[in-house]
Amino acid sequence: MNAHAGQCAGNFINGFHFMARSFIYALILLAIGAGGGAAISAGAQNAKYTSADASGQIVVILQNHAFSPAEIRVPAGKRVQILVKNVDATAEEFDSPALKVEKVIGGGSEGVVRLRPLDPGSYPFTGEYHSDTAKGVVVAE
Amino acid sequence: MIGALIIVFREVLEAGLVVGIVLAATKGLAHRGLWVGFGVVGGTLGSAIVALFAGQLSALFEGTGQELFNAAILAVAVVMLAWHLSWMASHGRELTAELKSVGREVAAGRRPLTALAVVVGVAVLREGAEVVLFLYGILAAGGTTAASVALGGLLGIAAGAGVSAAIYFGLTAIPVRHLFRLTTVLIALLAAGLAAQCVGILQSAGYMQSLSTPLWNTSGILAEDSIAGRILHTLIGYTDQPSGLQLLVYLGIIALIVALTRWSSYQAAQPRPRHP
Repeated sequence: MNAHAGQCAGNFINGFHFMARSFIYALILLAIGAGGGAAISAGAQNAKYTSADASGQIVVILQNHAFSPAEIRVPAGKRVQILVKNVDATAEEFDSPALKVEKVIGGGSEGVVRLRPLDPGSYPFTGEYHSDTAKGVVVAE
Repeated sequence: MIGALIIVFREVLEAGLVVGIVLAATKGLAHRGLWVGFGVVGGTLGSAIVALFAGQLSALFEGTGQELFNAAILAVAVVMLAWHLSWMASHGRELTAELKSVGREVAAGRRPLTALAVVVGVAVLREGAEVVLFLYGILAAGGTTAASVALGGLLGIAAGAGVSAAIYFGLTAIPVRHLFRLTTVLIALLAAGLAAQCVGILQSAGYMQSLSTPLWNTSGILAEDSIAGRILHTLIGYTDQPSGLQLLVYLGIIALIVALTRWSSYQAAQPRPRHP
């Protein structure tokens, strides 16, 4: 939109008033566009990203050696915390070389996994002790 | 069973590599077996205690207790390794010269052996706690798979110990003069790698967030969680996505150790008016 506004302004170089007026129009258009865009992205946010609880943490339940939800969608470039609640009786290790996280979560307890600001992409993780069933992915976008 | 074997194997191997290097670095010192034994036994007991209180430990410090604990014991190991190297720099020459009659070096040798016993203890503690938690989880679940998993675990311990022993004997086949030079380099890299790991753990817990973005990603070439990647991770601190601060600390520790050992060997070479 910026490039488009610039092009419009560039086409009207033969009259200063015309240029100034079109510049103002362009600004108004930009403002409306930006506002609309923000509104749209705010609306999409709820659907797009995995929702967090009141304290801002994304709750992931580990039960029967499987993560739920197994796909966690987070905004790219933001710090995010995941609260892993291990409902199973035995300990599990939340392990992800891609996320640079290794954290033991005792049976019947919970642990906070802190994610660094991520580049857009998929970051797989596993429960190392049951890696055939305990699998998941963090998608940053 | 294979799954259990692999998990236990790589944890034992990671601890075993450290034990192997320490044993090679102390070749010829009296009572070193005893000290390293203390480290292994202490580390094993410690890992059972850590495993027992894993839940409580994790809940401390707003959920970062586990990370702070691991970072703290790694920092202790780094200090101990640097201490050992500086001692070796001032006594290494005598050691090499009098390897056959080290009896009178024992008194002086006790200090770095304490340091290395601590390092061995830390290595066993870290990896051991994971093995204990894993095996306990399987055994507690019971069922028909428990026996085969236990067998896999035992085989994993044997295989990890076997490979570590092979590395130790490989190292000690090197003539003593070269061996100490090599183990000095190995221990310096080990220390730098542990320091970088310590920083990585703290960063993953949300501390020290400056320079926390990975500088590069070589997981396509050598994944850190492959066996070769893990061995290099333990030996030289290989990380497939190092953060800027990790790299800085890695290089900083190497520079510090070089400076420390130079200084120690310079001090040792000075004529001394009285025996310390």
